Amino acid sequence: MSLMKKLFAAAAMTAAVFAMPASAADMKIALVVKSLGNGFFDAAHKGALEAAEEIGGVEVIYTGPTSATAEGQIEIVNSLIAQQVDAIAISANDPDALVPALKKAMSRGIKVVSWDSGVAPEGRQVHLNPSDTDLIGETIIKLAADYLPEGGDVAILSASSTATNQNAWIEAAKKVLPEKFPDINLVATVYGDDDAVKSTNEAKGLIASYPDLKAIIAPTTVGVVAAAQVVTDEDLIGKINVTGLALPSEFKQFIDNGASQAVALWNPIDLGYSAVYLAHDLATGATAEPGATLSIGRVGEVTLDDTNAAAMAPPFQFDKSNIEEFSKIY
Amino acid sequence: MTTIDRHIPDRLDSPLRSALFSWEALLVLVAVAIFIVNSLASPYFLNAWSISDLTFNFVEKGLIALAMALLIIAGEIDLSVAAIIALASTAMGMAMQAGLDTPGLVIVGLAVGLACGAFNGLLVTRLGLPSIVVTIGTMSLFRGIAFIVLGDEAYRGYPQSFAYFGQGYVWWVVSFEIVLFAVMAVVFWFLLHRTVFGRTVFTIGNNPVAAAFSGIRVERVKFILFCLTGLMAGVASVLLTSRLGSTRPSIAQGYELEVITMVVLGGVSILGGSGSIVGVVLAAVIMGLVTFGLGLLNVPGIVMSIAIGMLLITVIALPILWQRLKKARTV
Repeated sequence: MSLMKKLFAAAAMTAAVFAMPASAADMKIALVVKSLGNGFFDAAHKGALEAAEEIGGVEVIYTGPTSATAEGQIEIVNSLIAQQVDAIAISANDPDALVPALKKAMSRGIKVVSWDSGVAPEGRQVHLNPSDTDLIGETIIKLAADYLPEGGDVAILSASSTATNQNAWIEAAKKVLPEKFPDINLVATVYGDDDAVKSTNEAKGLIASYPDLKAIIAPTTVGVVAAAQVVTDEDLIGKINVTGLALPSEFKQFIDNGASQAVALWNPIDLGYSAVYLAHDLATGATAEPGATLSIGRVGEVTLDDTNAAAMAPPFQFDKSNIEEFSKIY
Repeated sequence: MTTIDRHIPDRLDSPLRSALFSWEALLVLVAVAIFIVNSLASPYFLNAWSISDLTFNFVEKGLIALAMALLIIAGEIDLSVAAIIALASTAMGMAMQAGLDTPGLVIVGLAVGLACGAFNGLLVTRLGLPSIVVTIGTMSLFRGIAFIVLGDEAYRGYPQSFAYFGQGYVWWVVSFEIVLFAVMAVVFWFLLHRTVFGRTVFTIGNNPVAAAFSGIRVERVKFILFCLTGLMAGVASVLLTSRLGSTRPSIAQGYELEVITMVVLGGVSILGGSGSIVGVVLAAVIMGLVTFGLGLLNVPGIVMSIAIGMLLITVIALPILWQRLKKARTV
């Protein structure tokens, strides 16, 4: 489907460029992605257009190489420099190789924001992370707690015991438990090693060991699917709620059948939206320095850390109301 | 008794006529046409810096294409050039970590390129294996070594002076890369079209058996050509590594096909035996013009690939159709 669509889009775009050689918008912001034809980035584009419309007078140039290479992105950055865009918001294929090209862009007055996949600090002014450790830790507990008004036993099914990301999130989750969720009782943390079979066995083990278990929290896309499958197979839908971080397209069936009430992950639409907002902030004179607070429109605002990086928001929640829409995106 | 009273010309077409209808003339025409279209389509094209930035799209691949042209004319091919870039770049990264400075890094890059080329050459000439098979193998081998050394890591922190090769300017907008390309183009033009060695390359490509019977050391010439191609891949590796300021094992992925596209578009017969350096240089420039021009219009990469493919087919089909037409008229 997408090839023909893209050909037409390209033809239309070329025609549009021919039709209006001078800039119709006051500001041009380029959204450079790792590669075109990726649902995640197409969703980010959607968010970018939303931001552009909201701000007004902003033209979004959505572009990226065919295959996800740094060399391809450098050629694109060079052509964006020649077009004298006002800002570049890039999800980089390589944190180092793009630095010289982006430095050149900045030396010619173009503002550079990296988002999703970052660039080394000297190659950009601001980096936007989809989320951060504390926000993720709190979210995974909240996902379970929201559907347990009276509290109860929950267990975590993680990736491997050495996974840096997951361990940090679980630590953050344990930190917020006593103050924010006093009724939630975390009974165990087990490790499925991001392996479907091992995760399934660990989930079965949890169910057998803790008869009062009310929820399984899996902050990994492999574990969450395995746990939901176990709950479905063992006919425990309604008794145990599976939640965690999941890809909507992989997980939709378990929201549909009730094995899970809600899961969460980064929202690419908000990410594209916020990246364009940040680029616009910088292009209209906001300074990027540690501690600065920048607006990202309806998503809120972000505060820059020591390396000028910022975290956008807690992971975005998917439930019955929106899983259909997002499962088509990624 | 009758005397033969017939004028026998040295050549059928006048030099001017043959120059006008040559492949190179066609390429010049195409280049000029694309240049004009680019200037009309984008207000940003006609700008000294734009045109300077444009050259970075083709110089590294173009340098390899110069040597690859000779290799293909001699009836061989090297598909491992992009992998040689990766291995040479990885070697430079290791050398940098061992404390070598810029001159040492350049020597390492060129030496690894040369060694890889020699390895290809030995396998082809000593074992008599087809070059397409050998270089498909070494393509995986060379890049595989780079992946084993680096994994998902990268070498970064090349010395400041090393950045000059890929990012430096000789004068105003004239980059070091484009100057080097111009110099090497002249060197390769002289080598192919003005030396005995160049003639032997053509001879081997047209008929290796006849060449051997004429006293040409066919295997040795081929070995030298593989070394030369490896060396130019080493040069490209120095430039690209300097331009990226870092090394990753996935560096220059897919470059080999773009290099071969340049050579074929430049009028070198893929079957060997004919071709010219002027054509290859023009083809490199055309590739740069097309990719940069489409980039200025923000045309997605996949459409760019389609455009390059169409260009290749059109430029190759055009003269053949022209010949057919001419034949049809004379019959």
